[in-house]
Amino acid sequence: MSETWSPPPAIRNPWLRYGLYLGAAVYLSLALGTLHLNWARLAEGLDRGWAFVSAFGHPDISKHWREIWEGFVESLTMTVVATALGILISLPVGLGAARNLAPMPLYLLCRGIVAISRTFPEIIVAILFVKMFGFGPLAGVATLAFATIGFMAKLLAEDIEDIDPRQVEAIRATGAGPFQVLNYAVQPQVMARFIGLSVYRLDINFRESAVIGIVGAGGIGATLNTSFERYEFDTAAAILLTIIGIVMATEYFSSVVRERLR
Amino acid sequence: MPSFPGDVWRRRTPAKSLAVWACWLAAVLLIVQCWTILNENTIWEFVYDAPAQAGDLLGRMFPPRWSVLPSLWQPIWDTINMATLGTLLGILIGVPVAFLAARNTTPSVAVARPLALMAIVSSRSINALIWALLLVTVLGPGVLAGIIAIGLRSIGFVGKLLYEAIEEVDAKQVEAIEATGASGAQRLIFAIVPQIMPAFAGIAVYRWDINIRESAVLGLVGAGGIGLQLNASVSRLAWPEVTVIFAAILVTVFASEWVSAQVRKRII
Repeated sequence: MSETWSPPPAIRNPWLRYGLYLGAAVYLSLALGTLHLNWARLAEGLDRGWAFVSAFGHPDISKHWREIWEGFVESLTMTVVATALGILISLPVGLGAARNLAPMPLYLLCRGIVAISRTFPEIIVAILFVKMFGFGPLAGVATLAFATIGFMAKLLAEDIEDIDPRQVEAIRATGAGPFQVLNYAVQPQVMARFIGLSVYRLDINFRESAVIGIVGAGGIGATLNTSFERYEFDTAAAILLTIIGIVMATEYFSSVVRERLR
Repeated sequence: MPSFPGDVWRRRTPAKSLAVWACWLAAVLLIVQCWTILNENTIWEFVYDAPAQAGDLLGRMFPPRWSVLPSLWQPIWDTINMATLGTLLGILIGVPVAFLAARNTTPSVAVARPLALMAIVSSRSINALIWALLLVTVLGPGVLAGIIAIGLRSIGFVGKLLYEAIEEVDAKQVEAIEATGASGAQRLIFAIVPQIMPAFAGIAVYRWDINIRESAVLGLVGAGGIGLQLNASVSRLAWPEVTVIFAAILVTVFASEWVSAQVRKRII
């Protein structure tokens, strides 16, 4: 027996396996066919691309210092307010969306709210809120808070559905009312993860706040957009590096907080 | 802790609960301070007007102009392609980065690992829209900018989740394969890859699902797909068309979510 062993294929049925390969190949060629590459434009772009990459070697934060500073202050304040507001609203929605706590009609209503909030990308919500509230950070706060509600409520509801029912029963057996059950049986089981998720959402909201400015909802995104439009790559590089730095800092902060809570 | 009759049970010692309260106080103060800054930058006249504006907007959005639907098939196809090809690009780059970043497979803890982690963080910090904004100025508007933007954003996602999966593999299986005299590459292929394959497939499909959502809006900055149509309609204030585009995006997103849920159910 000189044959070497080879691992069994992931899909046993050869017809299905080669069918899938063929389907993937056909799809890929079709998809790549729709690209319509314009080589002249690409060649021209390469110079600009190189100019951008090299701008990371000499980012310039001082030229538009005022705009950058104001943009970041606005982004950070938007993030904090929107996260707080969103979490505050997500609490009742999350409680209502937990099947083991809420009666059916309330459950469906809250799940509906969660679904609506999670379906639309932030930037589309931002367009609508900018139309409603006018340009500026308030539209951004509304957008981020709206997205936070769906995110936090869904995860909170799932956590509540996973709690240990025996603890609820034990508290209920002491004669506790519904709010005491919430406070002494449900809350201790989900609180640590909820705070961890809140910090995580804070982090997400900051990243999103850098984007929704593109459609006029305030924050650093507007400054970034302007710098791209003026081809001021050194300013753009400085803004991007600052965003990366702040995200790293918040990620570190949130990991420390979650470590502490465990 | 001594307990006296009439005492109420408390979870924390006084010092600890003081510390917890101090944390809450600091958080509330921060929020209030941020709110004051925002308040100064808000024109409240526009906000009082918001319910009327919302009503006006809804009135304009209905009835939807369904006649634009046939012109949306091509952009929807582009959107799906951007998401799929972008995901492939992200996987192509993200997988090697993950192996460089995982503590048990990285060739050097001192050089390669920090660089890989740095790449993951940079890719994760920057939203696909910002990558697209940048690539549109560099490459010109079109689907290609969108694909690369989606790909760049996916590297961090795939890389982070995959390297965590690699670090969690069962060390005994790796050791067993090593004991047969396997080379470094054989160790990867026969000991580590089979263990992370289910996680990898799940991550890839999940990211594809997210990428469909993201590529639907990349057109707002000129990177092709249905967002391009959306941008055109919004800037022409053609709200009945916007409704139809929203509906198309919704259906696409739901469909992709269904597909990814089915695939993940089969795999796991």
